[in-house]
Amino acid sequence: MTQREIVLPGTYIEERKGRKVVNCYVEGEKVFSKVLGILKVSDDEISVVPLAGKYFPKVGDRIIGRIEEIEVSGWWVDINSPYKAFLPLGEAVEEFVDVRRVDLSRFYDIGDIIFCKITKVTKNKMVQVSMKDMLARKLFGGITIKITPYKVARVIGKGGSMIELIKKKTGSEIYVGQNGIIWIKGDKKEKAIEAILTIEKEAHISGLTEKIAKMLGG
Amino acid sequence: MKKADIPLIINGRRIDGRLPEEIREVKMSVGEILNADGSARVSFGKTEAIVAVYGPRALFPKFLQESDVGLVRVTYSMSPFSVDERKNPAPDRRSIEISKVTKEALSAAIFIEDFPKAVVDIYENIVQADGSTRVTAINAASIALASAGIPMKDLVAACSVGKVGDILIVDLNGKEDNYSEADMAIAMMPSKGLITLLQMDGRLTKEEILQLLKKAEEVCKKIYELQRKTLLEKFKVEED
Repeated sequence: MTQREIVLPGTYIEERKGRKVVNCYVEGEKVFSKVLGILKVSDDEISVVPLAGKYFPKVGDRIIGRIEEIEVSGWWVDINSPYKAFLPLGEAVEEFVDVRRVDLSRFYDIGDIIFCKITKVTKNKMVQVSMKDMLARKLFGGITIKITPYKVARVIGKGGSMIELIKKKTGSEIYVGQNGIIWIKGDKKEKAIEAILTIEKEAHISGLTEKIAKMLGG
Repeated sequence: MKKADIPLIINGRRIDGRLPEEIREVKMSVGEILNADGSARVSFGKTEAIVAVYGPRALFPKFLQESDVGLVRVTYSMSPFSVDERKNPAPDRRSIEISKVTKEALSAAIFIEDFPKAVVDIYENIVQADGSTRVTAINAASIALASAGIPMKDLVAACSVGKVGDILIVDLNGKEDNYSEADMAIAMMPSKGLITLLQMDGRLTKEEILQLLKKAEEVCKKIYELQRKTLLEKFKVEED
C-alpha cells in the first residue's frame, strides 16, 4: 500500500479471510482496529502500527534499561514500560558466581545503564532480559534521552541511514533502544540530541534525512 | 419538581435560542497537556471539560494488581470556579458517583486484558459547568484515551436528552438540567450500537424513553464524527 491510511479504534478494516491480525480485533469475520495508528494490509497480515502509546515488551527487542534493584540472583531493570524486566544472573555473567559470597553489585550496580535483549515475555507480562547477545553491553558514562517508542524506527531510518548520519556528523557513540531510550556519548552530544529531538517532533515530514544532514552541517 | 423562573421553551425556541433537537456549539482538541500520555479538551457551549490520561503504568498498591487484567481509574472533579457559587474542591457524593459511572461507561470499550497488572488513570476536570458535564467528560476522555494509544473497541460518544413541558430536547444546558421534567445521560459506542451509560432523572413514559433513545443515538453519531475528525486532524501523516 502506498497510501498511509490512519485508522481509529473501532474502524472497520475488512474481512479477515484467515489472515493474521496485529493490533486489531475480530468480530465474526470482520476486522476492526484496536488502536489509533497506520493501517498495513497485506496478503497474510492485517496490522495497525500505533502512533502513540507506551512501550510494550516484545521478545527479540534490543532495549536500553536501567538497573533498579538487586536481588539474590539477578537484577530488576527499568525498561521504560509499565512492566519491569528481570535480568537473571545466568543471563548476565558467564563465569560461575557463588551468590552466598559475592555481592552482585560488582557486576551491575543500581543506576547502571545496560543495552540488552528481551528473551521472554509471559502472558501476564513477566519480562526477562539477557546480556547474552552480540550487542549487549553495559554503557559507561554518556547520557540517556527518552523519545516516543513508536518513533524509534524513524530515528534509525531505512537500514540505519539516519542514525549512521548522526553518528558520523557528530562523532558520537549512540545506542538506540526499541523502548524509546537513546544513549549518547561524545563531545558533540548536544548536537546529536538536538537532531534526535527534531526527528521525534517532525517524524511525519518527508525528506527528513536531508534536513537533518543540513542541520548538522559538514 | 422545582419551577423555573422563566419558561424554558417559548415558541419552539429554548432559552439559549436553540431548537429542541439542536446541540450547542462543540469544540474539541487533543494533546494540550504535554506531560500526560493523552489529553483532550471538549466544550459544549459553556460546558467545558479537560481530561488527562496517564498510562498504562505500573499499578500500586500492589494488592490491586490482577495478573490477567488491567485496571481503569477515573477521577471526576469540578473546579471551584466552574459554577456560580464556589464549589468545594473535595470529592463529594456526586463526583464519586460520576467517577464510578464514567469509569464503567469507558472501561466497557477498553481492552483491559491487554495491559495486565497495569493501570490507566483518567483525570476529568470540569473547568466550566453549564449542564451535561458528565457526558462532556466522557466525550473528552474517549478521545484522550485514543490519543494515548490505549486499545479500545470503539470511541465512546455521549449526550444528554430530556423533556421540557411536552417537548423532547437534546443536549441540556444548566437551566434545563435543573428545571426540566426529566433528563437522561447516555453514552454509547456508536459504530457498535452498544449503550455503556444510561441514567435518568424525572418521569418519562415508555414511549418517550424510546423516542429519546433514538434521538440520543442520532446525536451520539454526530458527536462520534466530530471526535473522529478531531483525532484524524491531529494525527494526520503527510504523504511521502
